[in-house]
Amino acid sequence: MSDTPQRDAIIKVRGLRNQFGPQVVHDNLDLDVWRGEVLGIVGGSGTGKSVLLRTIVGLNKPAAGTIEVLGTNVLTAPEEERRKVETRWGVAFQDGALFSSLTVLQNVMAPMREHLKLSTNLMKELGALKISLVGLPQLACDKLPSELSGGMRKRAALARALALDPQIVFLDEPTAGLDPVGAAAYDDLIGELQRSLGITVFMVTHDLDSLYAICDRIAVLAEKRVLVEGPIETMTDVDHPWVQEYFTGPRARAAQVKGTGNGTGGT
Amino acid sequence: MSVQAAPQLRVHSQDGRAVVQISGALLTEYLADIEADFAGVSQAEARVQIDLEPLLAFDTGGAWLVSQLRARLQAAGAEVQITGAGEHLALLETVTTASPGETPHEPPEHGRLEWVANIGRRLVSGWHDALSLVSFLGQTLVGLADIFVRPHKVRWASLVTHMQDVGFNAVPIIALMGFLIGVVLGFQGASQLQQFGAEVFVVELIGISVLRELGILLTAIIVAGRSGSAFTASVGSMKVQQEIDAMQTLGLDPVRVLVVPRVLALLIMLPLLGFVANLFGLFGGALMSWVSLDVNPGMFLTRLHDNIAVKHLLVGMVKAPFFALVIGVVACWQAFQVKGSSTSVGQRTTSSVVQGIFLVIALDALFSIFFAQLGV
Repeated sequence: MSDTPQRDAIIKVRGLRNQFGPQVVHDNLDLDVWRGEVLGIVGGSGTGKSVLLRTIVGLNKPAAGTIEVLGTNVLTAPEEERRKVETRWGVAFQDGALFSSLTVLQNVMAPMREHLKLSTNLMKELGALKISLVGLPQLACDKLPSELSGGMRKRAALARALALDPQIVFLDEPTAGLDPVGAAAYDDLIGELQRSLGITVFMVTHDLDSLYAICDRIAVLAEKRVLVEGPIETMTDVDHPWVQEYFTGPRARAAQVKGTGNGTGGT
Repeated sequence: MSVQAAPQLRVHSQDGRAVVQISGALLTEYLADIEADFAGVSQAEARVQIDLEPLLAFDTGGAWLVSQLRARLQAAGAEVQITGAGEHLALLETVTTASPGETPHEPPEHGRLEWVANIGRRLVSGWHDALSLVSFLGQTLVGLADIFVRPHKVRWASLVTHMQDVGFNAVPIIALMGFLIGVVLGFQGASQLQQFGAEVFVVELIGISVLRELGILLTAIIVAGRSGSAFTASVGSMKVQQEIDAMQTLGLDPVRVLVVPRVLALLIMLPLLGFVANLFGLFGGALMSWVSLDVNPGMFLTRLHDNIAVKHLLVGMVKAPFFALVIGVVACWQAFQVKGSSTSVGQRTTSSVVQGIFLVIALDALFSIFFAQLGV
C-alpha cells in the first residue's frame, strides 16, 4: 500500500467523451488518479463533475474513450472482471442512496452478503465496526435510513461504501447540505480514514473548506475537459476566469485561512 | 497489491510464552476460512505474543479479528504483545479504537404479555386511524362545499387532468369489463333458466343485476384499483418529497389543492363510467342471449323496456357518488399517512386499494339493506 511507488495511477481516464443528445459534456478528457491520494473534482454547475464520477463507476456509458481502474479497462472488460473491480471500490452518493427498507446495519452488510462468504455473526461485527469507524453511534445500527438525519445518512452511506474494504472511495458532494461543523467533522473523518485505511478518495465537491482541508490534488473541470490539476496552492496561478474567481474569491480566502489554521491540510 | 496468499495462523510456544504467528494476506475475503482458527486460540500461557511479521496484506476485517483476539486474551488475564506489525499498526489501532464494544441489541419481546399488548396497540391505533379518516372526510367535504359556494375557486386545469386520467382513460377497460359481465350473466342465466323453459326471463336477470348492482359495483372496484392506487402513490411521493409541507408554508391548503380536484373528478366521472359499464353489460347480455337462447335483440329490448323499471337504473346510479367519495377520500387519506421513505408509499398504496375496495363493498351491502327496507 504505502510502499508502492508514488504516481501509480489507480484510475486512468483517456480521451473520454460524454454527450447527451447534441449537448457535449466531456470531450477528450484525460485524468489520472494516483494511488493513496485525495483528489477533489471541482467545476461550475453543468461541467459534468457528477457525470464523470458516474461514468467511471459504470453508471453512464461514454461515447468514446477508455477508463482504466486498478489496471482493468472497465468499459471493455468481461462481466466477471468488472464485478471484481466493483468490489474494490465504494461509492457514497449525495443523499446516501441507502436501501430504504433495510436498517443501517443491514445496508452495510448488503455488499458483504453478496460478495463475501462470511458467517453472519462476523458480518454483523464487521458491519458494526464500519458504522463505528464512520463515527455513528451503535444505536444507529437498527435504525431505518428514514429515521436518520441528513448528516448521519451520509455517514451511513460512507460505511456502506467501506463495507468491502475498497481501495478507492468515490464521494459525490460529501459535505453538501451539512452544517459547517458537521461538514468539518466529515472532512476530518475522510482524511483520517484515508490515512489509516490507505484508500484513494475521488470526491466531487463544491466545498472550498474540504478542498483546503483534505484534498491532496484538485482537478478543475471546465471547457469539457480537465482544465488544470495540481495541489490547491497552484490553483491561484491559473489564468482562467472561472478558476481565478473560484480560488481567489472571498470564500476561498476564508477557507484558506481555516484550512491552514487547523493543521489538517492534506499535503 | 502484491501476490496474495491465503492467511495462516500458527501457534507455538517459545521461552515460556505462546506465539501466535499470522502469515499471508489477512483480508476480509479470506476471513471465512480463518475465523475458526482465531476462535481456537486459547490462553495457554500467561504471556502471548501476536506476531504479524509475516503478514502480507491487512485490512479492517483482518484488523478486527486481531483486535478481537487481543481483547479476548486480555480479558482472560493474559499479557498480550503485538510484534512485527510495522505499517499495519496504524490500521490496527484505528480499528481497536473504533471497536463498537457490546452492541446494545435488545431482543424483541415475544412473551404472552407482549401479544396482548400488541392487540391493544392495534385497537388503539385502529381507533385513531378511524377518527383521522373521518376528520379527513370532513375536511374534504368542507373543501367540496366551498367549491359549490364559490365556483370560481375550482382548479380547472387540475380537475380536467384528473377527469381525463380517472374517467376518459378508463373507458376501454370499463367497457370491456361490462361487456364480459353481461356475457357471463347471459350464459349462466341461459343454462339455468333453460331447465325450466324460462329462457326469456334472462332479460330480467341481466337487466336487474347489471343495472342495480354489478355495473356500478364492479366499476367502483376497478376505479379503486386503478385511480385509488394512483392517487395514493402520487400524493404519497409528494409527501415524501416534502412538497406538501412546502404547500402549507406557502399558505396553500393541501386538501383543497390536491384532494378536492381528485375527489371531484371521481364524483363526476364514476357515475359516467358506471353508465358505460351498464350499457356494455346490457349489450354483452343481449348478444349472449341471442347466440345461446335465440332471444333476438328486438325481443330483448322490448322485454327490457316493458319489465325493467327505470328505478333499477336509478338505484344503481345513486350509489356512484358515494363510492366515488369513499375511494377518493381513502386514497388521499392514505397518501397523507405516508411517512419517511418510498417503502411507506408502497405500503400505503396497497392499503389504499384494499380499504377502498372493502369499503365500497361494505357500503354496497348497506345500500342493499336500505333499499330493501324502503321496498324499492
